[in-house]
Amino acid sequence: MAIQQTRRALAPSHEQPAKADASAPPRRRQVREEYQPTAPRQARSEQLATALGWFSIGLGLAEVLAPKGLAKLIGARKTPALLLRTMGVREIIAGIGILTNPRPARWLWSRVAGDAMDLSVLGAAFLSDKSEPSRLIAATAAVAGVTALDVIEAQRLTRDKNDRVVRVASKTINRPPEEVYRFWRNFENLPRFMSHLELVQVADGNRSHWKAKAPAGMTVEWDAEITQDRPNELIAWRSLEGADVEHSGSVRFERAPGDRGTEVKVAIVYNPPGGVLGVGIAKLFGEEPGEQIKGDLYRFKQVMETGEVIHSDSSIHPGLHAAQPSGDETDQ
Amino acid sequence: MKANCWMGPKMVEVQEVPDPKILNQRDAIVKITSTAICGSDLHLYNGFIPSMESGDIMGHEFMGEVMEVGKQVKNLKVGDRVVVPFPIACGNCWQCQHQMYSLCENSNPNAWMAEKLFGYSPAGLFGYSHLTGGYAGGQAEYARVPFADVGPIKIENGLSDEQVLFLSDIFPTAYMGAEMCDIKPGDVIAVWGCGPVGLLAIKSAYLLGAERVIAIDRFPYRLRMAREQAGAETLNYESVNILEALKEMTGGRGPDACIDAVGMESHKPGLLGIYDRAKQAMMLEPDRPHALRESILACRNGGTVSVIGVYGGFVDKFPMGAVMNRSLTIRSGQCHVQRYLKPLLERIKNGEIDPSFIITHSLRLEDAAHGFDIFLKKEDDCVKVVLKP
Repeated sequence: MAIQQTRRALAPSHEQPAKADASAPPRRRQVREEYQPTAPRQARSEQLATALGWFSIGLGLAEVLAPKGLAKLIGARKTPALLLRTMGVREIIAGIGILTNPRPARWLWSRVAGDAMDLSVLGAAFLSDKSEPSRLIAATAAVAGVTALDVIEAQRLTRDKNDRVVRVASKTINRPPEEVYRFWRNFENLPRFMSHLELVQVADGNRSHWKAKAPAGMTVEWDAEITQDRPNELIAWRSLEGADVEHSGSVRFERAPGDRGTEVKVAIVYNPPGGVLGVGIAKLFGEEPGEQIKGDLYRFKQVMETGEVIHSDSSIHPGLHAAQPSGDETDQ
Repeated sequence: MKANCWMGPKMVEVQEVPDPKILNQRDAIVKITSTAICGSDLHLYNGFIPSMESGDIMGHEFMGEVMEVGKQVKNLKVGDRVVVPFPIACGNCWQCQHQMYSLCENSNPNAWMAEKLFGYSPAGLFGYSHLTGGYAGGQAEYARVPFADVGPIKIENGLSDEQVLFLSDIFPTAYMGAEMCDIKPGDVIAVWGCGPVGLLAIKSAYLLGAERVIAIDRFPYRLRMAREQAGAETLNYESVNILEALKEMTGGRGPDACIDAVGMESHKPGLLGIYDRAKQAMMLEPDRPHALRESILACRNGGTVSVIGVYGGFVDKFPMGAVMNRSLTIRSGQCHVQRYLKPLLERIKNGEIDPSFIITHSLRLEDAAHGFDIFLKKEDDCVKVVLKP
């Protein structure tokens, strides 16, 4: 209390926020995780990567703290302590890199390079007469095994990173979550604001059939099923076997602070046809899903807030068009 | 119908185009009786605003008679006489509900374009590039007015078009420019630019209680108008050093607030002027901010710089040190016209102000190209051109 009074005495009265109530207890704020742009956060499935990360740190510590003992253990007594210590520092850095990055493909490749260095040190030791060949063979076999694991995991992470594309978009809509959720949950409403969608047919409770325009006048179709449905909070879905574009997605409805409506957050994860190159080409034609989702959300907001999708004299036409009425496009 | 179309830099042409139609249920179609060329149209004319298409209908200051209304427009009927505000605003979004109409979150169908340049998108505007929606403008015989249930204000008979036309943009813009100065008794306000907005800003500053208004321009006929019609003291920046003159006129303290009613194509004699002009020509710097720089350097410690001149992109040599170390406040924005329509119409009706004093030319719509030409070149003592379709 005393602190509060001092502060009030120091601050000019007009700078006190109108809502601050001295008698109310200070609001406790939840400590939040740092924002990550690749929502939705995938559960950390890289258990192998994690194990390799800890292995790196363990081995690194041994190299740094007990280089002589380690050299004796692997049967390469003559290896200089400084070299082992340096290699240990590299191991520790790689380990920390792997453990602290959500998708540590690059750090795993650095481990592969380190493994090659380890193997060459062991190879050099075979030529030394002070070495113990039986120990050396065992150590070499162990390093070769770890190298294989490193290569497998690094490749897997690199491949995943290139193939899976995550797109997110969000918009605040000046309507309560209940209303926004209800409108979206009726999937047959979606073509009203998703410009590429031609139709959605709801089959039974969880399954639906979707048809959308694709570049170059083609159409794509797929069946989807709802994987999660929490009323007024979240809808998640994924495409079923045989989909033209395999994907999964979610839309969250979060009450905006201060009674400002609903924060709608969409995330789509998909394997683009044609991989990364395909994404680039789609971008050139303005058909890239990330841009589509943003545009769709903008129109969704228009529908929820104003009742319909808003057109200008040019935006009603696909592509570039002068801002003037057109005679033929009558009575929509 | 006939409409004045942008055909490329320094080229406008009155062409025959299709008549507008209702596209949304809250649209109205207005038969235009008076429309004007705005100083900000010159930025489009000169080709400094990106995303113009050949054939775009220009114009965002217009009024007329309601010809047709969409199903959801309940407050207007055919035959009503209306002035149309230049920002298009839905009335439903969070910004509209806070009376920040020029920031409407729903009225720009090309929001993605604006987001790339500005970070977030402002509202859609009539006849002002595709960045702000690609809406056909009002220098035409007819216009489609979206959200007609929110924007247009009905005008009773007894007031001429000329008296109320400028409610569509420049009078509210000038008034908001003065309002942002937060004028207190005894305040001295300096206004850069004695074009239509500058002149109305001088008048507005007096309406809001300014003690003195000092106006800056380089054209003697405009400075004369600022003195004789708006009651300002004037400075010609081609013959005096503005910073020294303002310092002396205000007892060494500087004007309490400065209004930049010039924007991105300001002129400056000397080396810095040539530097900015060259950079702009090479597309290295979209905006030439001389008036803005000078208004910042001139403002008294702790004062306010109110920016109502239009800027399109980025500026160079921005005197941020002056802003920070001297506790300046910069306020800005496209005018939230809808907020000011009623109170300013009242002031016109009460006879407190008659904005028609700025009109120097009244031309037929067909003569739009001539209007742009003399307005740009400041020929024939041109201040404001009104077009009659």
